[in-house]
Amino acid sequence: MTNGATAKDVYLSIENLWKAFGDFLALKDISLDIIDGEFVCFLGPSGCGKTTLLRAIAGLDLQTRGTVTQGGKDISNLPPSERDFGIVFQSYALFPNLTIEKNVAFGLENTGRSKSEIKTRVADLLELVGLPDQGSKYPAQLSGGQQQRIALARAIATHPGLLLLDEPLSALDAKVRVHLRHEIKELQRKLSVTTVMVTHDQEEALALADRIVVMKDGRIVQVGTPTEIYREPANLFVADFIGEMNQIPATSAGPNALNIGGATMTCRTHGFQENAPLVAAIRPEDIIPLGDGDAATETTENAFAVSMHEMEFLGSFWRCRLASERFADRELIADFSINAVRRLEITKGGTLNIELPASRLMAFAQDGE
Amino acid sequence: MTDVDIDRLPDGPRIKPKLSRDDVLMRSGMAIIAVYLVVTLALPLYAMLSKSFSTYRFDLTQYELQASDENGAFNDQVFTAAQLNDKLQKFSDLDLSTAADGRLAPSKFFPDFSFRSPVNYRIRNVSEGGRLLVGSTLKTTTDWLELDSNTFRRVQLRPVESTGLDNFKRYFSTPALFNSIKNSLFIALVSTVVTVSLAFWFAYALNRSCMRFKGVFRLVAMAPILVPSLLPGIALVYLFGNQGMIKELLFGASIYGPIGILIGSVFFTFPHAFLIISTALAISDARLYEAATSLRATPWRTFWTVTIPGARYGLISSAIVVFNLVITDFGLPKVIGGQYNVLALDIYKHVIGQQNFQMGAVVSVVLLIPAVFAFAIDRYVQSKQVAQLSARSVAYQPKPNPKADRISLLYCALVGIFIVGILAVCQLAALVKFWPYDMSLSLNNYQFEKMDGGGWGAYYNSIKLGLATAVVGTSVVFFGAYLVEKTTGFRTGRAIFQMFAMLPMAVPGMVLGLAYIFFFNNPSNPFNAIYGTMAILVICSVTHFYTVSHLTAVTALKQMDKEFESVSASLKQPTMKLFARVTVPVSLPAILDISIYLFVNAMTTVSAVVFLASPKTSLASVAVLNMDDAGDIAPAAAMGMMIFYTNAFARIIHLVASKGILKRTQAWKG
Repeated sequence: MTNGATAKDVYLSIENLWKAFGDFLALKDISLDIIDGEFVCFLGPSGCGKTTLLRAIAGLDLQTRGTVTQGGKDISNLPPSERDFGIVFQSYALFPNLTIEKNVAFGLENTGRSKSEIKTRVADLLELVGLPDQGSKYPAQLSGGQQQRIALARAIATHPGLLLLDEPLSALDAKVRVHLRHEIKELQRKLSVTTVMVTHDQEEALALADRIVVMKDGRIVQVGTPTEIYREPANLFVADFIGEMNQIPATSAGPNALNIGGATMTCRTHGFQENAPLVAAIRPEDIIPLGDGDAATETTENAFAVSMHEMEFLGSFWRCRLASERFADRELIADFSINAVRRLEITKGGTLNIELPASRLMAFAQDGE
Repeated sequence: MTDVDIDRLPDGPRIKPKLSRDDVLMRSGMAIIAVYLVVTLALPLYAMLSKSFSTYRFDLTQYELQASDENGAFNDQVFTAAQLNDKLQKFSDLDLSTAADGRLAPSKFFPDFSFRSPVNYRIRNVSEGGRLLVGSTLKTTTDWLELDSNTFRRVQLRPVESTGLDNFKRYFSTPALFNSIKNSLFIALVSTVVTVSLAFWFAYALNRSCMRFKGVFRLVAMAPILVPSLLPGIALVYLFGNQGMIKELLFGASIYGPIGILIGSVFFTFPHAFLIISTALAISDARLYEAATSLRATPWRTFWTVTIPGARYGLISSAIVVFNLVITDFGLPKVIGGQYNVLALDIYKHVIGQQNFQMGAVVSVVLLIPAVFAFAIDRYVQSKQVAQLSARSVAYQPKPNPKADRISLLYCALVGIFIVGILAVCQLAALVKFWPYDMSLSLNNYQFEKMDGGGWGAYYNSIKLGLATAVVGTSVVFFGAYLVEKTTGFRTGRAIFQMFAMLPMAVPGMVLGLAYIFFFNNPSNPFNAIYGTMAILVICSVTHFYTVSHLTAVTALKQMDKEFESVSASLKQPTMKLFARVTVPVSLPAILDISIYLFVNAMTTVSAVVFLASPKTSLASVAVLNMDDAGDIAPAAAMGMMIFYTNAFARIIHLVASKGILKRTQAWKG
């Protein structure tokens, strides 16, 4: 078993999955275990294979090689209708000529439920997604966010063991997206249904997922909790793809040191050989502004003076562009709190001292792997 | 993971999908419709092709002959018929190839033959299974037959069948043929130029001016589609024929010939060209015109750099459609062509006139060539056109321009008068008692029972055919399109199906009809029973008009969310439930369009069914042709107008039904 999950907990297991479209390999040797009740996000740029992987799990586009096991049963070659999942698409795919009630009831019919049972279940579901009195309307009469909730209600109507969400929020505008995001999370927690969501929006993944699966070029790059992915990116690609990341050319100067622009700085432990060309990386919010004067830089590790090129007020913090001969013509982006800027009297065009904390300064190989 | 070569799919078996019940159902459904298309299209065409290559020849080496002296005594001299022919040079090589029912009298090999002479003759087949007739008895043995001269006169040699290019050789050595080809091309090219120009300006006026009565003109422009192609021919006879109302306008030229065919062709192809060009003009992007104005381009320059390039695919497409319609039409040349022969008419004459099916097949194959070419170009152009459409295009809104609007109105009125005039003349001719001697009105010409062609029964048959074609055709076409669009995997099968669905467009109606004779009229064919019934007419019509219907259905289905099937499968609901509850209701407008298209075309078509209608299943459109042929021109016009009114009525019902459905379904359109 991979990813530290124990055999007992694993609900969905993917082993050595390959998908070829002609000569193009969309999925390359994917292995992944998903734990019962877990919310997993497949995250990556478009074309990374995340939707292909979701469709293979659903049986909508069968993989070329490899096995998928769900709840202990090998479902590798089963058609979608013989698997156990509910699915929500970006387009909602609501049946336009059926009322909301009938849309939600669609999967409940022919399952041995009586008419009144179906009615009660539909009412419960509409209540659950917060649209109790919209049942007699048609999909086109609802807003995008409401339609997506109906699609969700339809997908969970039959109590599937697995909920698949294919970019469910991408077609919505930003505000609705954030709102619906919370509702999906809450619903998932309430039902504790194992959920896989595909998204290209890192913010969405960070907010929703128990674990994120970062993908690139048909491969899994990193699997971890949102904080792990954010704070301990496995490589430069993940570091760059999720959140903001400053990148500075550097060379290795020992197991936990870097040479940046002639100066040696302490950083997190890395396994690169001495003098190997590397990329030093630090997030904007991890850069600490220090007080004026030489005293501060002398007593603090990784501290040096920079000049303030540009300051942009973003409401809750200042986004600053810092320059120093250490990074040649490259600018460093730093997010300083409003308090710090006021206290240290930081102004555009002035100079200030900053610290790159050793615990937050990371080293990566240049090629991103 | 690291020990795997990540850029190469490891060897080993691919996952074999387990088919769900729905998969099996849909694939078998597709297979059934594919088989239907094979039986109703591919096999008949194959039968026709093989017929065109099957030749009949007198094999003179197969017969041996002896002649006695005047006392009836034979010497030992035995000649084969071939030797005799060599000596006499009686029949050339070409003379010896013949049709299936060809006969040759061996007495011709004896120059001094007389049926009264006392000379006796002996004849025999050289090998077993030979073919020679004495009177009407077929002799196949190799025994000598001794016959007196009177009996010998009644001996006939029969041809043997073989495969080869003889038919084509014979056909291409007929001088009349090149005339037909020349005439066909001439008529088709001139009609294409005239129709496309007329239709372009008509569509231009309707799309780019602010003239009044646009709706009326749109309706008028579509009217010719509701009548058989030969109806304008009848009107032209009344206008410019020997007794014509205004034949002086032709200054002595005869309407019977190219002029008549041309005018009639322009009439019946006009709506097809108009529809295509109008669509092309309607999708032009207003932003291009704004750009042209801001660059200070003159209207003339804008027209040539924006309008024409924007509509070019429409123009090419309409030209091809018109060319194809004209070159494959035989109704007009039949009615008003006089002595002017064209290819399509050749087929008709060979088959109906001379019962020479081989030659009919040969001309059909020749006629297939331009049709297939046109089809290929059209498909190419169509595939280009899709890329031109952009979601961000802004529809062009014409601005009022009094002078241009007045010219547009005048032009459209002239075209409108031409179309309405032709129909009005037909209606008038149908109501007048005896043109031009007794101009009082009566309904005498509607007593179809008194004429050739099947009477009112033919009319009711046509309505039956129209309805059956609409119901059967719409079901088959829509279901087939659904299966081919929504089946997952099975790519080769789907590609083959798509190809079959496109094929009917390349096959002229008459060729299809003739192919049906060859295929279904064969006693050894298990489907032989439907020959001469309504069923074969329905099948033929459905197949003939399959492609356009299929494309309409596919377009409608492509607009539907492609994940409906995925959702339905995830909810474990049968695909057929989804089809009935969602797909069909949502596609209802397209389904109605397909049915009205099939109904109208089945009512008006002559070419595909002319060879297949039997006395029991006579049809209105064929009756128009036959009554005209028999000289009952006024009743022919009356029947033609009955078709017009029926189709117009059907169109109105279709319109009302569509509106009703749209209204009922407006709820979900939001």
